[in-house]
Amino acid sequence: MNNKFDILIIGAGVVGASIARELSRYQLDIAVIEKEEDVSFGTSKANSGIIHAGFHSQPGTLKLKLESAGNRMFDQLSRELGFPFERRGELMVAFSDDELQILHKYYQRAVQNNISGAELLGRERTLELEPNLNPDILGSLHAPTAGIVGPYEYCFALMENAASNGVKIFLDNKVMKIFRKGASLEIVTDKGISLSGKFIVNSAGIYSDEIAKLAGVGDFKILPRKGEEYLLDRRVGGLVRRVIFPVPSEKSKGLLVIPTVDGPVMVGPTAEDIDSRTDFSTTRSGLDAVFKNAQKMVPAIRATDIITSFVGLRPAATGGDFIIGKTSVKGFINAAGIQSPGLTASPAIAEMIRDILVDEGLQLKKKDDFCPERTAVSKIRPLVENRDYKTLETLISKDKNYSKLVCRCENITEAEIIAAVRSGHTTLDGIKFSARACTGRCQGGFCTSRILDIIHRETGIPIEKISKKGKGSEILFYKKGAF
Amino acid sequence: MKNNIYDTVIIGAGPAGLAAAVSLKKSGIEKVLLVDRESSAGGILNQCIHNGFGLHRFKEELTGPEYAERYVDLVRQAGIQILLDSCVIDIMSSGKGKEVIMLSEEQGLLRISCKAVVLAMGCREKNRGNIAIPGSRPAGILTAGFAQKMVNIHGYMPGKEVVILGSGDIGLIMARRMSLEGAKVKAVIEIQTHPGGLNRNIVQCLQDFDIPLYLSHTISEIKGDRRITSVEVSPVVDRSVPDRNKSFHLDCDTLLLSVGLIPENELSLKAGIQLDNVTRGPIVDANLMTSVEGVFACGNVLHVHDIVDWVSEESEFCGYRVARYIKGDNGKSREIPVRTGKMLSYTLPSRVEVGKPATLSLRTMAPLENVILAVRTEKDFLYKKKFRKIFPSIMQRIALKEVPADAQYIETFITTGD
Repeated sequence: MNNKFDILIIGAGVVGASIARELSRYQLDIAVIEKEEDVSFGTSKANSGIIHAGFHSQPGTLKLKLESAGNRMFDQLSRELGFPFERRGELMVAFSDDELQILHKYYQRAVQNNISGAELLGRERTLELEPNLNPDILGSLHAPTAGIVGPYEYCFALMENAASNGVKIFLDNKVMKIFRKGASLEIVTDKGISLSGKFIVNSAGIYSDEIAKLAGVGDFKILPRKGEEYLLDRRVGGLVRRVIFPVPSEKSKGLLVIPTVDGPVMVGPTAEDIDSRTDFSTTRSGLDAVFKNAQKMVPAIRATDIITSFVGLRPAATGGDFIIGKTSVKGFINAAGIQSPGLTASPAIAEMIRDILVDEGLQLKKKDDFCPERTAVSKIRPLVENRDYKTLETLISKDKNYSKLVCRCENITEAEIIAAVRSGHTTLDGIKFSARACTGRCQGGFCTSRILDIIHRETGIPIEKISKKGKGSEILFYKKGAF
Repeated sequence: MKNNIYDTVIIGAGPAGLAAAVSLKKSGIEKVLLVDRESSAGGILNQCIHNGFGLHRFKEELTGPEYAERYVDLVRQAGIQILLDSCVIDIMSSGKGKEVIMLSEEQGLLRISCKAVVLAMGCREKNRGNIAIPGSRPAGILTAGFAQKMVNIHGYMPGKEVVILGSGDIGLIMARRMSLEGAKVKAVIEIQTHPGGLNRNIVQCLQDFDIPLYLSHTISEIKGDRRITSVEVSPVVDRSVPDRNKSFHLDCDTLLLSVGLIPENELSLKAGIQLDNVTRGPIVDANLMTSVEGVFACGNVLHVHDIVDWVSEESEFCGYRVARYIKGDNGKSREIPVRTGKMLSYTLPSRVEVGKPATLSLRTMAPLENVILAVRTEKDFLYKKKFRKIFPSIMQRIALKEVPADAQYIETFITTGD
């Protein structure tokens, strides 16, 4: 195996994946090293999926610069990579005169930040746009350029496209050592794999300070900020069209009501500074806070409509802003502290990293055969929902597996599951995030056994070795009679 | 898309669909199509390999697969067509006729025209998300029914140190099954003050295996990173709030959830059928017809039953009424509303026909002692029965010989006096 690369990217979340994809345009040998079993399995998979307009960010920050630039790039990215993206708009709503004052401040900031189309709306107009909002609201700040994406779908699309343009991915490999060897930087993983690169990009999210420390860079710390989110039943999916924000607090953008590109509405996230990097537990107090706030904005939201919950840890860094740039170790570049609006900023971060690498002496030569496009797997859900049976029939005539319904809550067929397995997703969570199976209201009650069968058939992995999210999380431990 | 014409399409070949098919055929309806997404008929009965089925229906004790086989045999003998590995994705109305769209693994997309549709899709289990148990999200948390399928059909064990949340019958049955397969079942945790399942299952599945049952307790936190390692169990105050000061931990590698069933009505909603907020099944009239004309419902898709025998009985009745509808509604008399009175959570159906017998299904809102369950019209009592104890977990079925011809409504209710 050739272990020599031009660039080693540590971390396969949206930041690492964006950088990998951007750099795959050039004649470079690139490797991405990820400690989890699949791409996007860290903070990115728990992202809210909002492409922010930019009125939350402080003028003059790196965050704002990259957020604004990133936002503008999503139309093209979505066209090229075939992930769903919709410019739905954001509304920040006010319930009191004090909150109206704050709303005004944010409006001024929106003007200063050049947020196109940002406008203050009165009560009537706000309710016209979003009839399910609490009629007690007094007004809102509307930013139509905000959008929503499927965060893991975006991440998978970036990485698949990067891989098809030659980027190597090492999953389930945790970086244990980083050291200099001549002109190169060397990495050793917990699986004993050694990789060498002229540059290392540190996009290790919640662990980026630890990775930096391994390289001898100790000038920042990650302060994990936990966020709990709750996904509601598809039945109440139509409650809001836009992302609904309260007037924000110091720590976060507040507890939101978020439409998703897949249909269901999500509520959250909480913002709690914690010491642990492994605390992914939801709490009763988190649930209570999320629903209390969500119901204030959209009274029809009910906790009885929860179909699942999850937690993400934002990799907030000391200093508050993104930490992007070269370090005291030559060739070791940080893309760290990328918390909100990191998803929005990710494509712009990738370009910034590219430019930094050039400044550091990297030679860029465009690939002649770079293909920016990725063909997304055809899905039957929109066809079933829109009763487009003609297209569905065409799909089936091309691939009979489209007539085998595996997940009936979300209308996902065997063809879609097979495609997910063949593009490298072999855990149940991997299938869930890439094909949406098990994300519906039954949460896998019916389809899990069929998905296990398909993974087994496609990969040869014994059923009892198939896991939820990697080793130690096997779904079924024992063949009957084993003890 | 292939076009086919039938008198009726029955969606789901579990106990409800099978029984409805038999009575439709008996009533002279020739073109009946039973559709099921699985590879064999019988529905959930196929994984219920324990006995205790059929005591009412067949006056003998059968296993689930045996019970299913009785009906599958009847369906086969009657020459009713069963289309397996096929999932209905849409029901559309065109005038009085119906069109059923399905994905068939063998035949691709099928469009079937028919006069009536019977919903017999059964129910699904509530899962962890539905009850929002706090904590981490590791592997090893399964619904009891999924575990039952893996153990009984596929031959895999989900773990060896098990805690079960919820004392519904599936949870109790799985406590015994897991024990018999060599796992250690540490406890069954029930949030209510009384068990959710049948008493015979408490005795045979828990007491006989020395498995402790914690009533008025719940799981207040799930722990474990990759796989579940323990649960925190707390007593509850005010019926649902965990008192974490009095909590204790149970180590386990598996948590099975038996926390309730929900009628599977996604298809019904798409077809524009109105659902009842309590049963979460369609609102039906005296003929078990839903709010969409020509679409009927029976079995667990209509309301969750405790025992399969009642599913069969209800579905047979449904089949007869569907047949009558297809033949042109002969002999239908005036319908009056059924009201659900004090201390009852629901009564089904929502309407009955006067001058005809009627069977009412109902549940109480809470466990009650020394009460009378009664049914009356605006004038007369039609039914009265004393109960020393009555539980919401046990569905009451009341057979009325005849609904009085002049009645304006009937009401079911609980009373303490005579």
